Amino acid sequence: MQYKYKIAGGDFANAGTVASSVKKTLRQLNIDHSISKRVVIALYEGEVNVVAHAYSGIIDVEIENGRIRILISDRGPGIPDIPKAMEEGYSTASPQVREMGFGAGMGLSNMKKNSDIMNITSTPGEGTAVELITYLEPNE
Amino acid sequence: MSNKGGDTEFHHALKVHSELCTGCIHCMAVCPTRAIRVRNGKAMIIANRCVDCGECYRSCPVSAIGVEQDDLNMIFGFKTRAILIPSVLIGLFSHKIPVTAIYSALGKIGFTHVYQVGNTIDMVLDAYREFRLANKQRPLISSFCPAIVRLIQVRFPSLVDNIMRVNPPIDMSALYYRKKLLSEGNDAKDIGLFYATPCAAKIAAIKSPVGETESVITGVINMNYLYNKIQGYLQRDEVDQEMPVTDNLLSPAGILWSLTRGETIHSEKRALPVDGIRNVTEILENVENGKLDSVDFLELRACDEGCAGGILMSGNRFLNVERLRKLASSVEKNKENNTAKLSDGYISLKEHSFLGNIEPRNIEKLDENVSAAMKKMKRKRRLMCFLPGFDCGACGAPDCQTLAEDIVQGRAQISHCIFMQQQMINQKLLSQEKATKITGEIWGAERLEKNCNKTGAEDENK
Repeated sequence: MQYKYKIAGGDFANAGTVASSVKKTLRQLNIDHSISKRVVIALYEGEVNVVAHAYSGIIDVEIENGRIRILISDRGPGIPDIPKAMEEGYSTASPQVREMGFGAGMGLSNMKKNSDIMNITSTPGEGTAVELITYLEPNE
Repeated sequence: MSNKGGDTEFHHALKVHSELCTGCIHCMAVCPTRAIRVRNGKAMIIANRCVDCGECYRSCPVSAIGVEQDDLNMIFGFKTRAILIPSVLIGLFSHKIPVTAIYSALGKIGFTHVYQVGNTIDMVLDAYREFRLANKQRPLISSFCPAIVRLIQVRFPSLVDNIMRVNPPIDMSALYYRKKLLSEGNDAKDIGLFYATPCAAKIAAIKSPVGETESVITGVINMNYLYNKIQGYLQRDEVDQEMPVTDNLLSPAGILWSLTRGETIHSEKRALPVDGIRNVTEILENVENGKLDSVDFLELRACDEGCAGGILMSGNRFLNVERLRKLASSVEKNKENNTAKLSDGYISLKEHSFLGNIEPRNIEKLDENVSAAMKKMKRKRRLMCFLPGFDCGACGAPDCQTLAEDIVQGRAQISHCIFMQQQMINQKLLSQEKATKITGEIWGAERLEKNCNKTGAEDENK
């Protein structure tokens, strides 16, 4: 099953709507709530990252074969140093973004914590793609 | 601590009076858990979805939603007839009427003892402190409003562990006063403990408690009914110095607890009071996204202005709140003269302070089995390509999505949609007779006949 969402960079007012929509789907699919909780938190972080840093983004959600795969790809500045960006507390968010309560530098590490597999690829000046995979059965 | 709750049995205090219901769908549109459908021209409530919030009761233009209650005469089956009253009962009356006059009227009605629910707030606060220290979940969510506890169970199952599993004041007070009456030499079988309720959710909670040992409350009397009785005695000037037995434990905290901010004012950390079921739903969405992890405590109530806005409350909720705030500050001022304390003749309720597990009961799942749910989900999404999508409610479900979900779960048919019906007739998949029959099954056979028995209808030419 496939879902596709578009997000606009800078649209903080609507950050979280994709996460809410996916959460509702997982509830309808009767996915264990401890698993859907993780998926939703990781997705929310990813959504906010696109809104905060990129110009636009697309989130593809695929639920199939006992796992949920989320691909967040954006057009934006990209991440020059991925290991550095993964560090807790490291943030390149502007002061304005921080003032809104975002950009604490926990985004990527939180996403890693709340997914089973995370892959990031990025081209500076073009954009970033984050793949999040989470298994829908507790011990799979 | 017991483990009651789960999927077993749900008692609901809200009932549709079919003889009054005109099938107007107002209730169906406002229900926050989509628990109402129309069949045979009447609203019906799906028991496992209903949280007894009372939004349907508020929206019904013909008062066809009823709230069950125990017969007041049942109190006379007991020698000791104690009533537990929430402070909002006092707030129903003008500040010119002294609290003692209200108590006197309750005596005339037949109660031998009158106690305030808020009197055990200190015990509740102790239990809150203990629970906070023992549990890491944040934000913690108050267990005070039973409609909210049920809303979390059915719509926000991942948040059940955030609920503060502390017995709310009504249960603490019921336990406390039952023990007190027993310790004063009353026979257990002679004690009737009644509760004056401002809402339907509290009735449901008392009749089938969630995560809690059996209720010690004998019966529930609805506030609107009691208000009329008390008002009668006051208006006829039949109150006097004769008073039922009471105590002098009323504290500002106890008076204000059931109002908005009644709990958060005791919080030293970041705490948020939210009232109104739609506002609560919105904030719970935020909690689920992990957005409110820095909030320590959420006070959530289904009704605007907390219990002053309960569906069984007469009068204006804001005037009620005003009166109670004044009462609280006058009690505060006279505190020095008031020496009575709950700890006088202390009855320990420590072992009763906490609730058992509160089970999640996801009502939105399309199937128990995940892969079966996936199949149904795919079918539902396909169906949505055909349904008109403007949520007219003519199918007897609140919106197109709900109809689609009902269809994939075998509870409705595509032909229930009047637009699909037209398509099916055009494509000769359905006969006009069959379509009329289907509409009759949803709206009642006589629905399309002339009927002046509705708001705004009158035929002077008849």
